[in-house]
Amino acid sequence: MARALINVPPKAKRGELIEIKTLISHTMETGFRPDNTGKAIPRDIITDFVCKYNGQEIFRAELFPAIAANPFLSFFTVATESGTLSFEWTGDNGFSSTESVNISVE
Amino acid sequence: MTRAAFLLLTVVLAGAATSAAEIPLAERKSGYEFMTRETRAMQDDDTANPAMLWVLDGETFWRRKEGSAGKSCADCHGDARTSMKGVAARYPAFNAARARPVDLEERINICRTEQQRATPLPFESKELLALAAYIGQQSRGMPIEIEDDARMRPFLQAGHDMFNGRQGQLNLSCAQCHDDNWGQKLAGAAIPQGHPTGYPLYRLEWQTLGSLQRRLRNCLFGMRAVSYPYGAPEYVNLELYLRWRARGMPVEIPAVRP
Repeated sequence: MARALINVPPKAKRGELIEIKTLISHTMETGFRPDNTGKAIPRDIITDFVCKYNGQEIFRAELFPAIAANPFLSFFTVATESGTLSFEWTGDNGFSSTESVNISVE
Repeated sequence: MTRAAFLLLTVVLAGAATSAAEIPLAERKSGYEFMTRETRAMQDDDTANPAMLWVLDGETFWRRKEGSAGKSCADCHGDARTSMKGVAARYPAFNAARARPVDLEERINICRTEQQRATPLPFESKELLALAAYIGQQSRGMPIEIEDDARMRPFLQAGHDMFNGRQGQLNLSCAQCHDDNWGQKLAGAAIPQGHPTGYPLYRLEWQTLGSLQRRLRNCLFGMRAVSYPYGAPEYVNLELYLRWRARGMPVEIPAVRP
C-alpha cells in the first residue's frame, strides 16, 4: 500500500468547520514522457479519490495526468458526529489505497 | 599618489574584480527565504510536505533487518530520535579509516557494508534518500557544525577552490552566481546563496526527493561543465565547503524547494 499522510483534527466541536489534508505517495506518470529509447512511458496515475464520513460520501475528486506527483488534497467539512473518516484512492494498474482516521465530536 | 600606493590600489581593484566577495555571516539567507509563500507553507506543514513520505519510509527502513548480519540500524543505534540528534548537522565528517571526509549517504552505506553486511544502496535510491531524510530530520533546527581541523583543511580548501574556480563551456564559477549575484534572477528563478541546509530535499521540479549531489550535478550541467559520477570525492569536497560556508545556519531537513 502506498504511503499516505492524513491530517484531521482528533477532536472538534459539533457544527465546527474542519480542514482535512491528505497526501499520498504516487509517481503520477503522465503517459506523455518518453523513456531513454524514445518510447512513451505508459500512463500510471491515481484517477479517483473518495472521502467518506461514517460511510457517507462527503468529498470526491477525479485526478488527471497534469496533477503533480504525490498529490496533496485538502478540503473542508462540518463535524457532525464522532466516528470514522475513510479515504480511498484508486488508479491505473489496479492501484488502490485506503486509510481511515477517527474523530471525536463533542 | 605615490607610485607604491597606486600599485597597491590597482592590485586591490584587480583582486576585487576577479575573486568573489564572500557573503558576510550575518547576511546569509537560506534558500527558504527566496521561496514563494505557497512553497514555504508546504515546507512548514509536516502534513503538506511531500518529503515527509520519505521520512516515514526511513523510519520503517531504520527498523528493518538487512544483510547477512541480520541487523537493523536500530539494533546498533537504538531510537534515532535520540541517537541521531545532531548527527546530520555535522556531515560531511572526517572518516579516519578512509583518511577523508564522507557525507551522510556514504556513511549510511559504510554501515550497511561493514555492520549489516549488505550491498550498498545505490545513490538516489528510495531507501538511501529515505534513511538520509529520516536521520536528517532528527537534526532539524540545530546549527550546522563542520569540523575544520588540520585533517579537514585540505579537503575544505579543495572545495573552496572548486567553488571559486571557473569551469565548463560557459566559463563560470559557483561563486559568480551564489556569492556575487544572489537575489538576482536567472531565467525567472531567484538565485539563492547556495546554502545546503535542507538536503535531502523535495524539489518540485524533480517531483521527488533528491540529494545535494544531484543538485550539484544540476548546477554543473547548467554551467556546461563535466559532472562527476555519484560519490566522487570532488562532490564531497564541494559539499564540505558549502556546509562550512553555511556553518551555524539551522538544519531544515527535509526541506522543499521549487
